[in-house]
Amino acid sequence: MGAPLNMSSTAVIINRATQIFEDLSFSAAREWKAAQPGRKVVGYLPIYVPREIIHAAGMLPLGIVGGGDRLEVVHGDAYYQSYICRIPRSTVELGLSGRLDFVDGMLFPSICDVIRNLSGMWKLMFPHVYSRYFDVPQNYADEIGGNYYVNELAELRDDLARLRGAPVTDDELRHAIALYNENRQLVRELYGYRAEQPWQVPAAEVHLLMRAGLVLPVEQHSAMLRDYLAAARLVQRPRRDNCRIVLTGTFCEQPPLNLIKSLELAGCYVVDDDLLLVTRWLTSDVPVEGDPLRNLATAFLHHSESTAAKFEPDQREKGQHLVRAVRRTGAEGVIFACPSFCDPALLDRPILQHVLADAGIPCIAFKYAENSGQMQPIREQAGTFADSIKLWSGR
Amino acid sequence: MTTAAPAARTPTRDVEKDASMQKQKAMMAAHYDRLTSAPETGAKVCSTFVPGNLNELIGCFDLLNNLPEVNAIQSGLRRVSGQYVMEAEKIGHSEDVCTYVKSDIGMMAKGNIAPNGQKFPNPDVLLLSYTGCFTFMKWFELLREQFKCETIMLHTPYMGDGRFTPNMIEYMVKQLRDEVIPKLERVSGVKFDIDRLRERLKKSAQAEDDLVHVLQTARNTPSPIDAYFGGIYYIGPIFGAFRGTDDAIDYYRFLRNEIDERLAQGRGPVTPEGDMGRERYRLVVEGPPNYTHFRQFWKMFYDEGAVVVASSYTKVGGVYDFGFRHDASRPLETLAEYCLGVYTNRSLPMRIDMLTNYVEDYRADGLLINSIKSCNSFSAGQLLMMREVEKRTGKPAAFIESDLVDPRYFSAANIKNRLESYFQMVEQRRASARTAA
Repeated sequence: MGAPLNMSSTAVIINRATQIFEDLSFSAAREWKAAQPGRKVVGYLPIYVPREIIHAAGMLPLGIVGGGDRLEVVHGDAYYQSYICRIPRSTVELGLSGRLDFVDGMLFPSICDVIRNLSGMWKLMFPHVYSRYFDVPQNYADEIGGNYYVNELAELRDDLARLRGAPVTDDELRHAIALYNENRQLVRELYGYRAEQPWQVPAAEVHLLMRAGLVLPVEQHSAMLRDYLAAARLVQRPRRDNCRIVLTGTFCEQPPLNLIKSLELAGCYVVDDDLLLVTRWLTSDVPVEGDPLRNLATAFLHHSESTAAKFEPDQREKGQHLVRAVRRTGAEGVIFACPSFCDPALLDRPILQHVLADAGIPCIAFKYAENSGQMQPIREQAGTFADSIKLWSGR
Repeated sequence: MTTAAPAARTPTRDVEKDASMQKQKAMMAAHYDRLTSAPETGAKVCSTFVPGNLNELIGCFDLLNNLPEVNAIQSGLRRVSGQYVMEAEKIGHSEDVCTYVKSDIGMMAKGNIAPNGQKFPNPDVLLLSYTGCFTFMKWFELLREQFKCETIMLHTPYMGDGRFTPNMIEYMVKQLRDEVIPKLERVSGVKFDIDRLRERLKKSAQAEDDLVHVLQTARNTPSPIDAYFGGIYYIGPIFGAFRGTDDAIDYYRFLRNEIDERLAQGRGPVTPEGDMGRERYRLVVEGPPNYTHFRQFWKMFYDEGAVVVASSYTKVGGVYDFGFRHDASRPLETLAEYCLGVYTNRSLPMRIDMLTNYVEDYRADGLLINSIKSCNSFSAGQLLMMREVEKRTGKPAAFIESDLVDPRYFSAANIKNRLESYFQMVEQRRASARTAA
């Protein structure tokens, strides 16, 4: 009796996550804001912002990752040449079409020149919205990059305090850190469970759950993850004869959901990925005691994900995060899926491919846009990759 | 992104050049000879970038400065970059990314031959001065993979809010003091001498004064210089390997005298076909030029009597015309401020303010944007910049597209058509203004 009920529960949870994913008016965030006078919403783009500070200011962090394949870009294309990726033009479209008219602030993290320049565009196009280019250190020494970053975090905290009209206290920060620690633990648990039994946790469902975390308050998102994990463990789903792959290059502009589904349908279980890295950027708990900004800075410097937007000071370490991800998850290959015209992902790719070759890990590569519609070539490529892994790995 | 100077082995037959251009060419050629003879002379080589180029500091360690962007430009001018780009794509580099990078990678794959026909030495150190262009970071990770040499990161924060803060300066000074300088000492075997740095900074400021004087002569009508095509010659030494040297002081004083003389004589700019005829259009240009068809591109302007009176591209290696000078009394702070202030490290609103200022201050007829396919640092946001400058100045703006060093993206007919349409638009505006008056 329990299995069908819980199966229904995962379906209900995923249905809710899908509604959030498909809602380009961000109704959940609008409702949160409307529920109490004075509430504010701060949007942020990939790849990482310290959401703890936004939460501590009593605001809702709202992740904005473009418009996907359901948004018709009418105005946004007038702002970008054909050789620039799609996420900024659909983000501009979201802004100009009024879909972000409830957003009180926008953060543009350091990820690439396009998002960087978008920060200045936003200041001009939406002059009454607080907007900030959120820089992070590329120097990882505590006394150099660390001090710089602590001061940048303090500036952000002070900006948000002005926006809400009251200081953001250390206790508020500590409380937010604790909530996000819990959330990251749950995300890690979900990713760990998927790595063990990917047939139990389809990649598309993981993605939908993570996307919900960009819109919901962290407390609600953690509850959603807990419920999903509990429900998912009670049901045995059919296991396919798929290979196991790590998906990489997808850290900014998001692939269409159909692309993620297509990989698994083509025979590739996704056992790790770099989608929506903000949900697990910090790889271990941030200490709750002590100076909260210093703790966030230390976590960023020493316990954060490796990705193309970060400089790797040690040549021997370059790309090893990918090798470790493969070993940790028992993956048999890597799929590089990079957005067209994405400088960080595409410039990094050759180096990472060499590292994988040296480690004897097979890989394939293709490009996509958030509105790619034709999945057949990707299915064929991924299917051939899966077949080759099975054929040559002696499985 | 970025800049540098046509020089070295650019075909010169039937090309008219001022004496300063010949002098510049000789300087650049001599520098390439110094670089390629490094294995014999024992000189050590530091590869770095034009924006955020710390030539004064590099010189303090007796290191030779090698600039991969300039090498890519030289490959473009010599019409070999196309094959280099395709070579890089063949070995796995995406068709979507910066063609400077691919030209550089392809050149290395094809033997790493310098414009003087000799082999480039391997760098002893990569000074990753990360200023205003994300691609730089990846580029030097790619080179590090190949050369396996010491790589020093100097991170310049972006001026997202239109200003630099004490926190940014402190961060950069600490990087310079605690990481960059000790590592350069280790690689070079030369002890850092701050007085030597001060001397070089003084020399920089002297040359910067003369460069600014030259660029600002374009406020005159007719302008004695072309501040884009000609400007690229003028910035070569100071954006490259010569800032902070006596050679740069000599060159910029020589150039200043030459341009002053041209101004006194009421002459327009020199072009590859001699003095430009009557000045008909005065333009401000945003964005780098195309290098694979540099002369053809330039000809489309001077044939129409169009002179570029100010350009943003001649500011990527340093913005000096709003007052900044290297300051020997604050040696590390001034290097930080220099890096922070380069053009592409400025926020989009700052860039718009600069271009608006140029259109007004240089009494230009309008703004032309040459958007570069593979340079997001420059290109992302240019359509908004165009509209904003047009709105603020009331002057027409136009948009053309090409690439830095990939000849596949240079469509002469398309660019010429757009330029001609633009000049017609300027004429119409003038006619309307006369009618209204």
